[in-house]
Amino acid sequence: MTDAAPSGPLLTMTGMTKQYPGCLANDHVSLTVERNQIHALLGENGAGKSTLVKIIYGVVKPDEGHIVWDGRKVAIQNPGHAQRLGIGMVFQHFSLFEALTVQENIALGLGSARERVGLRERIVRISNEYGLPLDPDRVVHDLSVGERQRIEIVRCLLQNPKLLIMDEPTSVLTPSEVRKLFVTLRRLAAEGCSILYISHKLEEVRALCSAATIMRLGKNVARVIPAEKTVKELAEIMINMDLHAPTPRPLAPSSAPSRLVLNKLTIRSPNHFGTDLKDISLSLKGGEILGIAGIAGNGQSELMDALSGEILAGKPDSVLIDGVPAGHMGPHDRRRIHGCFVPEERNGHGAVTTMTLAENAFLSGFTRRALVRFGVIDTKKTAAFAENIIKVFDVRTTGPKAQARSLSGGNLQKFLVGREVLQEPAVLAINQPTWGVDAGAALAIHEAIMALAAGGAAVMIISQDLDEIFVLADRIAVIAGGRVSAPVLTRDATVESIGRLMGGGSAPAAAGEMAVA
Amino acid sequence: MTALLVAFLVSTIAASTPLLLAATGELIVEKVGVLNLGVEGMMLAGAIAGFATANQTGITSLGVLAAVAAGIALSMLFAVVSLTLQANQTATGLALTIFGRGFSALVGAGYVGIPAPTLPKIHLPVLSDIPVLGPVIFGHDILVYLALAILAVVAWCIRSTHLGLILRAVGDSHDAAHALGYAVIPIRYAAVAFGGALAGLAGAYMSLAYTPLWAQDMTAGRGWVAVALVTFSAWRPFWLLIGAWFFGALMYLSLYVQALGVAVPSALLSAVPYIGTVVVLVLISRDARRIRLHRPAMLGRPFQARV
Repeated sequence: MTDAAPSGPLLTMTGMTKQYPGCLANDHVSLTVERNQIHALLGENGAGKSTLVKIIYGVVKPDEGHIVWDGRKVAIQNPGHAQRLGIGMVFQHFSLFEALTVQENIALGLGSARERVGLRERIVRISNEYGLPLDPDRVVHDLSVGERQRIEIVRCLLQNPKLLIMDEPTSVLTPSEVRKLFVTLRRLAAEGCSILYISHKLEEVRALCSAATIMRLGKNVARVIPAEKTVKELAEIMINMDLHAPTPRPLAPSSAPSRLVLNKLTIRSPNHFGTDLKDISLSLKGGEILGIAGIAGNGQSELMDALSGEILAGKPDSVLIDGVPAGHMGPHDRRRIHGCFVPEERNGHGAVTTMTLAENAFLSGFTRRALVRFGVIDTKKTAAFAENIIKVFDVRTTGPKAQARSLSGGNLQKFLVGREVLQEPAVLAINQPTWGVDAGAALAIHEAIMALAAGGAAVMIISQDLDEIFVLADRIAVIAGGRVSAPVLTRDATVESIGRLMGGGSAPAAAGEMAVA
Repeated sequence: MTALLVAFLVSTIAASTPLLLAATGELIVEKVGVLNLGVEGMMLAGAIAGFATANQTGITSLGVLAAVAAGIALSMLFAVVSLTLQANQTATGLALTIFGRGFSALVGAGYVGIPAPTLPKIHLPVLSDIPVLGPVIFGHDILVYLALAILAVVAWCIRSTHLGLILRAVGDSHDAAHALGYAVIPIRYAAVAFGGALAGLAGAYMSLAYTPLWAQDMTAGRGWVAVALVTFSAWRPFWLLIGAWFFGALMYLSLYVQALGVAVPSALLSAVPYIGTVVVLVLISRDARRIRLHRPAMLGRPFQARV
């Protein structure tokens, strides 16, 4: 037996360096995780958190640096090795197999046949013990995101880990699911499993974590006790600048005409794992921002596609843009009648990553900005349009000729939002406006959306980030199972009331609105 | 009439066998997320390797082994280029077919029109002599039974074993499989080799049992039909079998109609099995949602572990 009595930190990393082509992802980073500790790893996108975590989990090999695990120096070869050492990881984008059942997914995570003996009973036992109920026979694609996360956690727990790495675990959960998760995590830590917790949600970090390592641009910048700092202080250490809240904006007058109307919109999802839209009726006035909250996979992408015209609604009357029936129109025709759209996925959907910014600007803007003359691309005008987006939205890039994929997530998102906003739409629909975007870029995008609404446009924001919805929206509706609840005024809503609806609870607001009508 | 029925069933089963072998191999290849369009080329390589070996040695079983080896050799060429060197799988597969056709024609130039020992038909006393059932069920050569057995084992393996689970997982999400510590590339190599072996075997069946001769391009597009079968059966072994039998039946019927001297151009008649099989399978699988459900999500996508 080589195991001495446990003493000293569980994990110590020093001088970790990883160079990617054109990007020093980790520059002599250190990290120390104590035993029984819930340790936060904070930083903006691109700060190098993911790289560091992947090094711990053996997915990425560092160029330099030492790792001391449980008192011994190790070089972690691959994820299998990490698991044998007692390191488990719950991924941000879940590493689950959609077409397989819960039990099959967990079986794949366990190496030897010996470990799989009596697996079914152990899944049920552990999931009950830790308050993570799971049915081993369900197929993953039928499960909610919260349930999927439980699978990953149970899979890790079956291996009795000493360190559990969690990458943005709460970004996909309802508020009540988050509370349950925290109870589980605190219990795990008390039982001797340290937790490395990566999150953007600083309020949660303050509540949960007893220490935090903060990174910026691939380097350590601070190690703090989160409870001793305010959220604002933590955020300012992360991004090294002062943050100011977006300026509030007066409500749209109730007499303003409706610019976007959905009329009993019902659509069958083209995707087998998708959610069908059922009987959605909404009305947005000019100058108004409507937030659609909801847990991922409840019909958000279908709603977005139905708005943009990527899925046709069948009846022209089910979508009205500025009073014009548009349900039968494709995206170009809808742009012609002043509708603009920013889809969720930047890479490959919002932008063609291998094309230049000018070309990407052209693809969505050619109708409304008249960038085509006699069938020929007006390159000068196109470049000027792209240049203008870059200038107005402070996109950090080399210019209109840069490839879209060369931009960081936040910069590309600013460019894509700017591309639509500068087409002066009457109706703008955005899915996940600031997903995976750093705080500075998120603020810029929020301000642009508010300015657009102040100018008289109707804006629909579909977001899984409740904080974002509460900051931006005048009214909030919730999408759950393909149905949209009746919108409530933001000032009348609370995180709890919206959270209940997100979980598929009943919608008392709908009855209220009927009474008013 | 009975004789006609027996002839129909016997030749249906015979004609379906090479298709079944090649398609079963391609099924496993696609299950792990690899698209190998070189089936036709590997079949031809197997056909000539099997024929030449049997002709030189006089031993058919050696010919069958040589065919398997040739199929594996070509599939490894594909694997190195598309899995290790990350070249586009579609282009690599097409190139493999072109290579297999040319190579088999070159090697086979000296073997055109000469006989080789044929794979013997199994003859079981009593059983094979039962009228109708005897010749239809018990009167084939060993590869016919092997093809059915392999399909059954593959179907069972995919469905019920841990190995099958790993194969499905690699095809469903190679990143997740890698994150869990599975060796994606070696698993894909193994699956591609299995596909190559079965394509080679299918070739051997063509040149040593079905029409025991060598002729240039003797597989006549069956490799392509096998690839189509896999897709249109929506990666389900049972429908693979139905599709292969259907092809065999149409093959016989078109020959029969030709023999009757019906005034339809023979080129059109020979095309009927190909067109008919594809049309029927398209009809079976016209539900796009179901295709997406069963389609290995990683099909044709190269995997590179970030290090």
